[in-house]
Amino acid sequence: MSFMPVMLWSDALVFLLLAAGTASALYVRQREHLMLPWQRVAQSATAMVSLLVLSLFLLIGLLDTLHYRIALPEKNGGETVYSPEVLSVFDKLVTPLRTQTEKTYSAPLAVTLYAKESISDAHGNIAREYPRLRYGGAHLTDMQLQDSDVCWRWVTGMLAGMLVGLLITLGSKRWLAQRGWPLRPLLIATLIISALIGMTINLAVVYHVLGTDKVGQDVLYLSLKSIRTGLIIGTVTTLVTLPLALLLGIAAGYLRGWVDDVIQYIYTVLSSIPSVLLIAAAVLMMQVTIDTHPQWFDNSASRADLRLVFLCLILGVTSWTGLCRLLRGETLKLREMEYIQAAQSFGVSSLRILTRHIMPNVMHIVLISLVMDFSGLVLAEAVLSYVGVGVDPSMISFGTMINAARMEMGREPMVWWALASAFGFMLVLVLAANLFADAVRDAFDPRLNRTEAVA
Amino acid sequence: MADILRVSGLITQLRNGARIVDNISFSIQNGETYALLGESGCGKSMTALSLLRLLPDGVMHAGGTAQLEGVELFGLREREMRTVRGGTAAMIFQEPGLSLNPVMTVGEQIAEVLELHQGMQGKASQQRCVELLDQVGIPDAARRVTEYPMQLSGGMKQRVMIAMALAGQPKLLVADEPTTALDVTTQAQVLRLLRDTQSGSGMSLLLITHDLGVVAEMAHQAGVMYAGQIVEQASRAQLLSQPLHPYTQKLFAALPSAARIGQPLAAIPGSVPPLGSITQGCRFTARCDKAWSLCSEQTPQWTVVAEGQGVRCHLYEGQDARGKRQGMEAKVQEYHVASKSDLNFEPGSPLLQVSDLRVHFPIRKGILQHVVGQVKAVDGVSLQIPQGSTLALVGESGCGKTTLGKALLRLIPPTAGSVQFTGRELVGANIREQHAAMQMVFQDPYASLNPKMRVAEILEEGMAALNIESNSAARQAHIDILLDQVGLTRNSKWRYPHEFSGGQRQRIAIARALAVSPQLLICDEPTSALDVSVQAQILNLLKKLQQELNLSYLFITHNLAVVEYLAHEVCVMYLGRIVERGTAEEVLRSPKHPYTQALLSAVPRIDGQGVERIRLEGDLPSPANPPPGCHFAPRCSHAMEQCRAAYPPAMTYSVTHRVHCFLN
Repeated sequence: MSFMPVMLWSDALVFLLLAAGTASALYVRQREHLMLPWQRVAQSATAMVSLLVLSLFLLIGLLDTLHYRIALPEKNGGETVYSPEVLSVFDKLVTPLRTQTEKTYSAPLAVTLYAKESISDAHGNIAREYPRLRYGGAHLTDMQLQDSDVCWRWVTGMLAGMLVGLLITLGSKRWLAQRGWPLRPLLIATLIISALIGMTINLAVVYHVLGTDKVGQDVLYLSLKSIRTGLIIGTVTTLVTLPLALLLGIAAGYLRGWVDDVIQYIYTVLSSIPSVLLIAAAVLMMQVTIDTHPQWFDNSASRADLRLVFLCLILGVTSWTGLCRLLRGETLKLREMEYIQAAQSFGVSSLRILTRHIMPNVMHIVLISLVMDFSGLVLAEAVLSYVGVGVDPSMISFGTMINAARMEMGREPMVWWALASAFGFMLVLVLAANLFADAVRDAFDPRLNRTEAVA
Repeated sequence: MADILRVSGLITQLRNGARIVDNISFSIQNGETYALLGESGCGKSMTALSLLRLLPDGVMHAGGTAQLEGVELFGLREREMRTVRGGTAAMIFQEPGLSLNPVMTVGEQIAEVLELHQGMQGKASQQRCVELLDQVGIPDAARRVTEYPMQLSGGMKQRVMIAMALAGQPKLLVADEPTTALDVTTQAQVLRLLRDTQSGSGMSLLLITHDLGVVAEMAHQAGVMYAGQIVEQASRAQLLSQPLHPYTQKLFAALPSAARIGQPLAAIPGSVPPLGSITQGCRFTARCDKAWSLCSEQTPQWTVVAEGQGVRCHLYEGQDARGKRQGMEAKVQEYHVASKSDLNFEPGSPLLQVSDLRVHFPIRKGILQHVVGQVKAVDGVSLQIPQGSTLALVGESGCGKTTLGKALLRLIPPTAGSVQFTGRELVGANIREQHAAMQMVFQDPYASLNPKMRVAEILEEGMAALNIESNSAARQAHIDILLDQVGLTRNSKWRYPHEFSGGQRQRIAIARALAVSPQLLICDEPTSALDVSVQAQILNLLKKLQQELNLSYLFITHNLAVVEYLAHEVCVMYLGRIVERGTAEEVLRSPKHPYTQALLSAVPRIDGQGVERIRLEGDLPSPANPPPGCHFAPRCSHAMEQCRAAYPPAMTYSVTHRVHCFLN
């Protein structure tokens, strides 16, 4: 075999989440009353457009989650030797972006480096000039042609993208219309997105669309790779928060008494500790442990990955209190409902009442708060990595990108593109997530959908 | 007399065109009360909101005119409309607890109206506030002005709402179910207040209600609404003596009363059709037993039958209307023939024997949570229910009747006393047997079914918990039988509660209780959240089940009409204690305790010539701090010295009739 699939810890957790998500989607599909709020989500134009954007991010993130190691040509006594470098399917797809590194900074779409260097020509004369890039615009014989080439690729890429988009929209039009989804906004969004993608691809083939960073890596590649880190922080953390918040919250609300007291004390104490402090302490301890046990890891990727998973864990431990408090309050209300009393009068056990009666009736709150928390967690990762207690410095994330770009903001001329693209990608991701969360909240909020409840 | 409000062709509809209020016309004369009567979902409240232009989002005025004192309301600009609201026309709402701002004192809220509509400020406004509160009968008004709504009882809040409405000196008061959320005795106080105010100030009243008794008591004119239309309009006398529209007749027939004991109530099958679902024909066709083919084909026209009485029904169109009406009256009369055979009831061996049951809740204070007092919610209640009979427990809200029901089921642990079921002691015994023996039907069918469970799962839960019918095929068969018993189709077991109407949900709740084959059902106000016509369906069902399964009922209610219809024995509860008990005949025909007498006289009667009113002042005292001696003494008009000194012992009138009162 020419490659060996690698399953990192975070990959396993992502697949676990994916499986859970698919299973609950199938469960919901069969139940009309659970489908109802989702149908309301599907009718909202903002929700569907932001979902489209989110699913693009998700697709990139998922492709970036399928890891493997390629076999090296040399064999060690008949046994295949695999490269220590862990790659993903996404890396494979964008190989040119990954491998075509320049010497150092270059501006977006530039053909030369950002700073002048001393270059000696054939006659040994030394001149201070902007050296040509190794890959960016290498196909151009004359640098004067750059502007027209960029324009030409821009337009053709956009047209090609729109053509593909048009085909997609025509193909899916009937399907969308059957479901009563908002047709026009979705089609327009598809056209715009495919035009953007087409134009980026067409330019990225020969240019560094978003420039390069200090060591010459393509910033577009870095931004795209950061998506996975952000998504993992935003979603895997919920694996930790959810069971804690759900179990403790409804147990406190339903059982009252000393159980309630203990759980309340725990989360009050936990939320009084500055979370950055707690995270910093835990991450530094983890770092020391990792550093003292190099034998645990067979490659650097798995070491960085463990730190990422651990960051999710500690973020989860510090962020379940809000949801727990919310669920406790809701359960306090639910336990006085007559259907709970009816179950009690049958002698149904507390555990059964918790799982059969209370849990399904607080799920809307869980869902709303998970979707709302997602964007907060993505932003938290950026802040923590910037402070230096986030992900491993070797792992590409929005936080590390911002951290690396921060020093360059002060120099003259300013290197702005690394920060700008991290900012732009993160803005789009978080904005889409927030808009989607708003739509979900509106659809699930019983107070806003009272008319249907009465009818 | 001149008309103060003239509405013609009013149409209110949803964005999608479904008409909530469809072409309504009526007028109200100066100083008169016009009652809009109908079940929930008929568009009564929407009519009122349309008139004041307070419609919620997504609902809009789509046609028609409304003239208030000759001013066209729908032609006014919003700024001008604001002076009308609260000025010329004021409104009071159903839920007094929700219509007052909890962070403003009562005085501030009334002063706001005074400043807006009367331009009053400072001392004058303060003075007027006190006057207004005094006018609506709030004792110690000068102190109450500075209090917050939470310090007032429900009846008091509704009085404050009325005072606020009166502050603008309105010509028209729109009252949307003003007494539905209140107790019978408080309702009587509030209705009396409205009548007194009306005769004092000469304002007109648009009264929205579902209660025929309230219409009989208050209205000069009445309009009966069904599915967005007024189907009948008449003066009170005409409506009560000769209801014309089949719907109105059925509403009267569905009312439970002693006269109908022993025969099923004339329930109206089905429920009000959803908005905008019927565009052609008469909207009542599906539920009408006099409907013929024309009814579903052609929309009936408004027909004036007699002076001041009109109806929207094909029966009265054309020249032979008179003949048809004669037949109708004969039919209506049939309902009043009663057989009282059921009343000859003899107590058998007691199924449930409760003696001296107490439920006290400790009041804790301070850091150490030491007990400083007891809320005596149930304070020494003894009662017994024989096999196959119904005991009704009657009282105002807060008297502890629901707590008693829950204590029997051990949902609330009793503090002391004994509960014996078929001779076996249940307090402190194995709980499992008790679960199968007694079950409860709750008040609100919307809150008593888990919205996330299918009907089959709901019914199965009790069986699973108590290991009844261990194999699943037997359970499914049992569920089918249960659904048959409560009159639901068998395929409804795969549906979710939200797909059912209120009445159907209550049937499911009854089936759930029956699933474990109990001998005693505790029914906690099972019909108070339902419309009159649906209430009749449920009462019929309960009666049928009692005959078929020889069930006993403990029927907790505040509705005395239901008691008359269903109960064999009645216990009247006041502040945690039973003050009067006896057979239904004894308690309802010759009540001995002044509280029972007051309760009975507070019920609005449709026959109009009710007994002389006994005014009951004030509210139920707090069970944490009951008055010394007889608990009822502070509100009792017959109270004597000894009443305040000691709690009266039981006086026996007959084998079954006992009263705790020093009188007689």
